[in-house]
Amino acid sequence: MEFQSCVNIKKEWDIVGARQLGRDIARKIGFGTVDQARIATAISELARNIYLYAGTGKVCFEALEEIDRKGIAIIAMDDGPGIKEIGQVMEDGFSTSGGLGAGLPGVKRLMDEFDIHSEEGKGTEIRVVKWLR
Amino acid sequence: MRIPILKLHNYLLISIQIDLDDQTAIQFQEDLLSKIHENGASGVVIDLTSVDIIDSFIAKVLGDVVTMSDLMGAKVVLTGIQPAVAMTLIDLGIHMQDVPTALDLEQGLIKLRQELEE
Repeated sequence: MEFQSCVNIKKEWDIVGARQLGRDIARKIGFGTVDQARIATAISELARNIYLYAGTGKVCFEALEEIDRKGIAIIAMDDGPGIKEIGQVMEDGFSTSGGLGAGLPGVKRLMDEFDIHSEEGKGTEIRVVKWLR
Repeated sequence: MRIPILKLHNYLLISIQIDLDDQTAIQFQEDLLSKIHENGASGVVIDLTSVDIIDSFIAKVLGDVVTMSDLMGAKVVLTGIQPAVAMTLIDLGIHMQDVPTALDLEQGLIKLRQELEE
């Protein structure tokens, strides 16, 4: 773990703040413009989910450095209501908020690794990773 | 924050040059529809050259504003979508197939003229 920085998600503008910080970190790690856009978009989706469904939470960034590869991990955490049907939210087009339902399945496609832990009444933690190619 | 909407003959031109937050996007949707109504505009070009991220929410707002304008009788063309943004949208599963697009502002105006003449 190289370093970790977090953005608290409390208001709508924090979604923009989180993706701007994430994009900066991604650029410093060496990601190109297309991957920077993918990473920033994924952060935006994760941060918006926190804002919409949990109210508050945080998005943290980690620069990953292994012997043979570098990458970025993004961890989105909240103490919200949790997700009852994880299978359902991972389906394209499923939405309870009137959105496009592209959020989580989209994030999974934008990133290389995707882990989700959620407990009803306790909250949700999603960790995604993008490796530098 | 408000996005400026310029009038050119019977067209409205918008160049989005800021990182869009949800509130600004919704405000823009309202502002554009009122401007169409006020000016009786028949065509709108929304230029996205300076936009480097479109997530599912912004995509929905943009797609909706095209449909809403269409209902009012104005054609909207989106122009200048960056390569990185196009790739990201497809990864997200957002195809925006019913939305007219063009490479840049100039092509957008040509497309509008063609669509309105038909």
